[in-house]
Amino acid sequence: MGNSWYGPLADPSGNAGYAADHPPRVGFFTDTSVCIGCKACEVACKEWNALPADGPHHDQPDLLDLTATSYDNTGALGASTYRHVAFIEQTRPRAAAATVDLGMPLPAGDATEVRWLMASDVCKHCTHAACLDVCPTGALIRTEHGTVLVQDDICNGCGYCIPACPYGVIDQRKGSREEGGGGAFKCTMCHDRLGAGLQPACATACPTESIQFGPLDELRDRAARRVETLHRSGVPEARLYGHDPDDGVGGDGAFFLLLDEPEVYGLPPDPVVTTRDLPSMWRHAAAAALTVAATVAAAFLGGRR
Amino acid sequence: MVPDAEFTSYYGRPIIKSPTWKVPDVPLYLYLGGAAGTSACVGALADLTGRGPLRRWGRFAALTGALVSVGALVHDLGRPRRFLHMLRVLKPTSPLSVGSWILAPFGTLSGLAAASELTGIAPAVGRAAGIGAAALGPAMSTYTAVLLADTAVPAWHEAHRELPFVFAGSALAAGGGIGLAATGDVRPARRIAVAGAVLELVATAVLERRVGFARTAYTSGRPGRLLTLARAATLVGAAAATAGGLVPGRRGRLLSRIAAGLLNGGAAATRFGIFEAGIVTARDPAYTVQPQRARVEARRDGVPVGMSDPMHPNDPHDGLQPHALEPERAEDVEAAEDDGNGGPARNPGGDATGADPRQLDKG
Repeated sequence: MGNSWYGPLADPSGNAGYAADHPPRVGFFTDTSVCIGCKACEVACKEWNALPADGPHHDQPDLLDLTATSYDNTGALGASTYRHVAFIEQTRPRAAAATVDLGMPLPAGDATEVRWLMASDVCKHCTHAACLDVCPTGALIRTEHGTVLVQDDICNGCGYCIPACPYGVIDQRKGSREEGGGGAFKCTMCHDRLGAGLQPACATACPTESIQFGPLDELRDRAARRVETLHRSGVPEARLYGHDPDDGVGGDGAFFLLLDEPEVYGLPPDPVVTTRDLPSMWRHAAAAALTVAATVAAAFLGGRR
Repeated sequence: MVPDAEFTSYYGRPIIKSPTWKVPDVPLYLYLGGAAGTSACVGALADLTGRGPLRRWGRFAALTGALVSVGALVHDLGRPRRFLHMLRVLKPTSPLSVGSWILAPFGTLSGLAAASELTGIAPAVGRAAGIGAAALGPAMSTYTAVLLADTAVPAWHEAHRELPFVFAGSALAAGGGIGLAATGDVRPARRIAVAGAVLELVATAVLERRVGFARTAYTSGRPGRLLTLARAATLVGAAAATAGGLVPGRRGRLLSRIAAGLLNGGAAATRFGIFEAGIVTARDPAYTVQPQRARVEARRDGVPVGMSDPMHPNDPHDGLQPHALEPERAEDVEAAEDDGNGGPARNPGGDATGADPRQLDKG
């Protein structure tokens, strides 16, 4: 049971107690270099999972409206948004050498060019999932597929998972009890489809195969080859994010190929599962509790004054 | 407020979600749980040393604190009818689960002790229950620090070594303060209150010095004002408590009661201030991005982790200086790495950065 809380862990489902014949760990490889920002993933996800309208986000109430910053009017992942397409417009120094000269006239004196980055964000289904660790009811579980799932019939809406997630994925749903209001929600990796041998709705709907679904080992190999291809063809800024089992969350079940630093896309540059430090926290709390006990005892036993 | 600084975000949107926990429910619980925990200890020891009025105050304060705590926690749930799901499992990785298993027996035992006190029935049972509650009391006082620290909220997580001692001091000051309001011999309560106030002041100062990047959140804006208020109330309260022990008669009693109010006000303000500092750092992506970016850059350059802070280049009081080693922080980082199976050593972003300026309008 080594590395149950932190560090590389090859088989999170096995670590959670599933028998050795459980299905392989599956995940998403989201290759943002081919994302066209069509948001078919967002729509397919909403439809398959019958998700209600988001309503105002609890600390970003403007998200119901137009963001007025880009073509992204979704804004962020949330309790009723399990896929979110980020849209970034950048002005940057013009690439040194165009790969193909089309003979187009270039504006004189302008050394910059504009590029669009689009990326479909989703729950990372971490190897070490803070949301799962801190859940006090057992509502959040590791599934046989290696994904992280909220059991809605158990969740009592304590909200602990929400600030625990280093990616800001899971959130509490507002609204009526019939709509699941009060509970915590996030991507299920279409758990109901996985059981039936289908791909998640977003990957099925993606027209450019930007969202790829499959066994995680296979996806990691494919992603490494894709980065090599991009580097060879003049895209040196291509890099993987969340693929590394040695990272702060033990590697993500859903990882990405990005064309810029993670924070540009609203992703944390170096997330760490909070549970890494939990043994230290308990030790410090125990020492502090002993301080309380000793202080009270000494105050009563102390000499008469 | 965070000073303007060069950092990249997605239209200024937060990276982590801020807690949905309600104010005053949760910070009030942080205060009451601590006060109830130490009050139970005071009650039990007053019982064993034959101090009747102090025992009564301790037992009633423990029960009142526990009852209001449970009420606040249930009210805070998104689905309050399922509050019993808290006792469905016991998970050491979930401070809230551990806390539920501390609070439930603590509340029950405090209730038995207070019922015996009120009715005079079965004093032996009351004594045993009071001792049981006192055994759980110190844990009640400090586990809530782990509750906050075990999140991705920068101001809380980065303070995970200091927060338990801040909460211990604040709980001692509050519980001792409540005891000061009793009649009869309150000298133990006075010692507890003053020792707690000192611990609270020192631990808070250490926290603010060592928390690094999140320091701004603790020292400015609303959380900064709350914590300043807490410091003033605790300091004056401790002075009043000490003076109350030196001045005889009615005036001494009055000073003690003033001290009781000030120390409890200070303890509560400390919890509210720390809670709100966390919210500030959750809402502003700078607090998440900048320290993490600094870690990535440091790993890339082979410099020890956590050494550069682009956010406060001109703040000589801040623990982190750009390209400058700050010895105390270096020790902290080493300690952190010892705490969890060795620090991560990797480079997730890759090193294939282009020359692009990564500029985005902050929304």
